Amino acid sequence: MATRDERRYGSELVGGVGRLLPAVGLLGGLAVWWAVTAFGSGVITNFAPAATVAVLAELVVSPAFYDHVFVSVYRFAVALGLCLAVGLPVGVVVGYFGAAERATTVLFQFMRMISPLAWFPIAIIVFGVGTRSAVFVMFMAGLWPIVLNTAHGVATIDEDWIAVGESLGGDTRALLRRVVVPAVIPDMLTGIRLSIGILWIILVPAEMLGVNTGLGYLILDARDRFAYAEVPAIMLVIGFIGYWLDLSVRRLHDRRNWG
Amino acid sequence: MSLESPTADETSRDGSAAATRAVESGVDRSTDAAPVTAHDLTKRYDGTLVFDGLDLTVSPGEVHCLLGPSGCGKTTLLHLLAGLEEPTSGRVAIDGEPVTGPDYRWGVVFQDPLLYPWLTVRENVEIGPRLRGEEPDDDHVDELLELVGLADVADADTSSLSGGMAQRASLARTLANEPEVLLLDEPFSALDQLTKMELQDELLRVVEELGVTAVFVTLDIDEAVYLGDRVAIMGAIPAGIEHVERIDSETRSRDDEAFLAERARTFERLEAVGLE
Repeated sequence: MATRDERRYGSELVGGVGRLLPAVGLLGGLAVWWAVTAFGSGVITNFAPAATVAVLAELVVSPAFYDHVFVSVYRFAVALGLCLAVGLPVGVVVGYFGAAERATTVLFQFMRMISPLAWFPIAIIVFGVGTRSAVFVMFMAGLWPIVLNTAHGVATIDEDWIAVGESLGGDTRALLRRVVVPAVIPDMLTGIRLSIGILWIILVPAEMLGVNTGLGYLILDARDRFAYAEVPAIMLVIGFIGYWLDLSVRRLHDRRNWG
Repeated sequence: MSLESPTADETSRDGSAAATRAVESGVDRSTDAAPVTAHDLTKRYDGTLVFDGLDLTVSPGEVHCLLGPSGCGKTTLLHLLAGLEEPTSGRVAIDGEPVTGPDYRWGVVFQDPLLYPWLTVRENVEIGPRLRGEEPDDDHVDELLELVGLADVADADTSSLSGGMAQRASLARTLANEPEVLLLDEPFSALDQLTKMELQDELLRVVEELGVTAVFVTLDIDEAVYLGDRVAIMGAIPAGIEHVERIDSETRSRDDEAFLAERARTFERLEAVGLE
């Protein structure tokens, strides 16, 4: 009879061997990749793992490649900063004041369903080709999870925590600062995590459309140069950075979880 | 504590000089404590009348218990006294001042400790002054942590506290505002019997040392009789307060026979009234 933990974690694999399971999954993915390119025919063979690794090894020692990585991370950071600066306060206000919530719910749900890429023509006309267009499109995509999760967290906060704060003499301003905001940090982090995922995903198409630097641009550029093996190599780098971004927020969320 | 039985067990209040003085001077032991009055108080939720024309007077420095079965409106009454809810009609005054909303001068201890989990124990105790825009007084916070026996876990996370410790922290948090009145809503009802008895004694000690007026809501007759200088019995809605029993609290003890006999008689009278 297996205990619940044994079922969940795979009985005797819980120890040292269990820790290797993620590597097994990765190797499985690699095997599928290899099989598709090895047994396929035509142009697909250009994307084989061996060729990709060889190109990746060249890329990671090339300073020019890091320029592209840095500019992508920079755009991501600016977009995230804007999303936080706008999304967190708006979310708190919308969640705390009933009138603000009623006034904005339909609008926000409506806006959220418009693909951020649909904003591109407007962004290019208004901001021109460049970082500002890319950042704008990312902002329009990454804002909503932060606003909606924060607002949801504030709206569903334990009423008793507010009652305690009021009975201890806090006015609205003090309650927002000392009770509401700290109480919804877990919800904020959930929103931020979703937002980071979206921003990092939207970064690539955003850089394909309006700019001539960054990882998204580099993928299209590799295709245009017929440097096919470079495409999956850049994809690996994008996935790697995205994974670590997500992991760091997840760690933060685990540490600050009193939802 | 029993002045007649210096060998009282551990759960009896310790004989600090302040406590002894307080006991000797009787109910009017404090000059800071404020009276609480409710006059012609009516509360109605939609169609439900909770009570009608209720009057209550709590003397300064008194421990006044509100005792009644579940759903009799005792928590509602406490919330009205605290300004957490508005009466349908009538008025509440604390120290002669009309109660129109929550105020740090009338501190509430809730049934659940409701500590803020993002703060340490000490930070929870400090939150009252901070919410009022004041810098907490470190010495005062130290004293309070000492008073409720949490000095050793001051920097711990609230999640590491037992139920009794959390309720102690909650009490200290309310006391950090130096309230004139303590309004307690079944604060010990979720605790095991031993912890409950410890905290009851601790509360009495705190009330005497700090000289506050306390209104204590409970559905435990035993607790009401042990803690209260007076016990107000509330009947099923919309009866309100049916009877107020004065209790000789000067000789309060858990093991003095004469006192316990007197308590037993009081207990029976209350039970008779309460069960009607």
